Amino acid sequence: MIDPAVRLALYRDMLRVRLIEEAVADRYHLDNEMRCPVHLSIGQEAVSAGVCLALRADDQIVTTHRGHAHYLSKGGDLNAMLCEFHGKAPGCCGGRGGSMHLFDSAAGVLMSAPIVASSIPVGVGAALGLKQAGSDGVAVVFLGDASVEEGVFHESANFAAIRKLPVIFVCENNLFSVYTPLDQRQPDRPLTDLASAHGLASLQVDGNDCEAVYNATARAVATARSGAGATFILADTYRWREHCGPYYDNDLGYRSVEEFERWRSRDPVDMQRRRLADGKLLEAAADEKLAAEIADEIDRAFDFALNAPFPDPRTAGDHVFA
Amino acid sequence: MSSPDTADGQRLITGAEALREAMDQCMAADDRVFLMGEGAADPKGIFGTTSGLVETYGPDRVIEMPVAENGLTGIAIGAALMGRRPVMVHQRVDFALLALEQIFNNAAKAHYVTAGKHTVPLVIRMIIGRGWGQGPEHSQSLESVFAHFPGLKVVLPSTPRDAKGMLIAAIRDDNPVVMLEHRWTHYTTGDVPEELYEIPLSGPSHVRKGNDVTIVATSYMTYEARAAVDAMQAAGVSADLFDMRVLQPLDLGPVIESVRRTGRLIMADVGWKSFGAGAEIVASVVEQAFADMKAAPVRLGLPDHPTPSSRSLVPDFYPYSGDIVAATANITGAADRLGPVVAALAEARAQRPVDVPNPDFRGPF
Repeated sequence: MIDPAVRLALYRDMLRVRLIEEAVADRYHLDNEMRCPVHLSIGQEAVSAGVCLALRADDQIVTTHRGHAHYLSKGGDLNAMLCEFHGKAPGCCGGRGGSMHLFDSAAGVLMSAPIVASSIPVGVGAALGLKQAGSDGVAVVFLGDASVEEGVFHESANFAAIRKLPVIFVCENNLFSVYTPLDQRQPDRPLTDLASAHGLASLQVDGNDCEAVYNATARAVATARSGAGATFILADTYRWREHCGPYYDNDLGYRSVEEFERWRSRDPVDMQRRRLADGKLLEAAADEKLAAEIADEIDRAFDFALNAPFPDPRTAGDHVFA
Repeated sequence: MSSPDTADGQRLITGAEALREAMDQCMAADDRVFLMGEGAADPKGIFGTTSGLVETYGPDRVIEMPVAENGLTGIAIGAALMGRRPVMVHQRVDFALLALEQIFNNAAKAHYVTAGKHTVPLVIRMIIGRGWGQGPEHSQSLESVFAHFPGLKVVLPSTPRDAKGMLIAAIRDDNPVVMLEHRWTHYTTGDVPEELYEIPLSGPSHVRKGNDVTIVATSYMTYEARAAVDAMQAAGVSADLFDMRVLQPLDLGPVIESVRRTGRLIMADVGWKSFGAGAEIVASVVEQAFADMKAAPVRLGLPDHPTPSSRSLVPDFYPYSGDIVAATANITGAADRLGPVVAALAEARAQRPVDVPNPDFRGPF
């Protein structure tokens, strides 16, 4: 049984990510100041919360183009993220990366990469670096279901297994690579079999249940810290919004409204809210207060980003070499 | 290890021994340094350049790589981001093609995209093959491909002294460094200091001083150019020769100064002439020294076809010293004096096999 404070923290984290992502969506074309692609995590918040709350600050994560939630749940700075979306100087990359290159060294967000599977080996390398340095830290690699179609996933899994590295692969299966469904890309077999074939411990969880994700991650972290090696966690979930951008895209016809509604009825934020309410851990008034606090934080962060300076154009050529 | 030959107080060792010594001394000096490669810990030790290291430092620091170039490059990048200092080695450049995504997207850009907060102190050694029928996919010289991407340092040592000093400098450098070693430079011998020392990863080395023509060579072509320059010297034509051992960052200052003085430029490129490193070098020099030039620049390099395997097909593929002298004759007007030099070099070349670096070489790679 998860500690009640953690159960509340999971809810708070998911609610915060949801409200931030909705604010990004709402403001995206309101003032046209976030002039970079955005890949929203709405609907998938249980994975980032469940994984990251089972980690320490000095544990490392790497993520993908759809990485806002992972960055935020791991403790990445909100102002730095929104400034990066706005192309502003205080952005985590100083305006050089945009939404697909989020990182926060203090929070253990090592890197994000837009090319599918590109960050997977980097996360395994972080685990190698931690092990070489004698740390008991772990690295988490967030990947999507299409990443296992890339050769580099298999190269990385093989090395993690043979070297017993302290790494956890978290595969968020949201069923689509852009608009192409999983069953058009891969044969009908469990995704976990791929990891098992590489000799990794492999398990599947409900990716919309933050407590299930948290429990699975906590076990994998304990395994990794003890030196017993890597784990692959498959978390089934669903992206609500369009692949890239602020809107819904069910009108395109690549997925059915019935499928979408089925997943939305299992809203990870709402599921945890009801669970906490049923357990008398969250009163309606406290819930409203929490949402108001987060809304206030978001307003302040957007104000900060909108008022922040742009980087000096004369610095565009800096930092090619160290 | 046998003790190195010594003559005139020099410490003569081969390029391969110099590389091995650099790696050994860097691993002894800094426990963050580790080596990965397909064959790094095997009995042949990457042509002797990694021999004995696994016995000294163990399999956690001399990692025999699974055959997974892109994945292991990314893993090296991740370790480098965590403060480790990996060295990866590919027995041929051609294998590194499988790792371009990680090299170009992650290694080359991490420092820039994080506005200087991340560094990737990664060295990737790649060996350019030649001879004994290596064929089209064991002999590519792809320095211009790597030099095209901002954020990668690209170096091509040709002498044993440079090989050791530049590998040490590369390992200590906070940037990703691609080091291209011509296979035949592993066999060359030279005077190599025993201690740890660095050859800075900037600018060319000035190999010969002269006034009639400026010759710029890359990698192994430095040896062909040196033979050409020394032969021309006897005929009264003097050449300024630069070994362009660092392509990124590209410092052409000494070359431009030389061309302003000589008015003539010959580029001897170890890779393909079209779109090669020489194309960039010649264009940049001409942009800045055009007014002082007395003749159009000459580019020598590989022709526009893949490397054939048969020794009967390679004589016109690889430029050699005689081609450099012939080019000098054309642009200096010294054809009468240099004609016999070309003939002598051609005669000497005809006496030895075209597909081996020295008469003792027996392959297979």
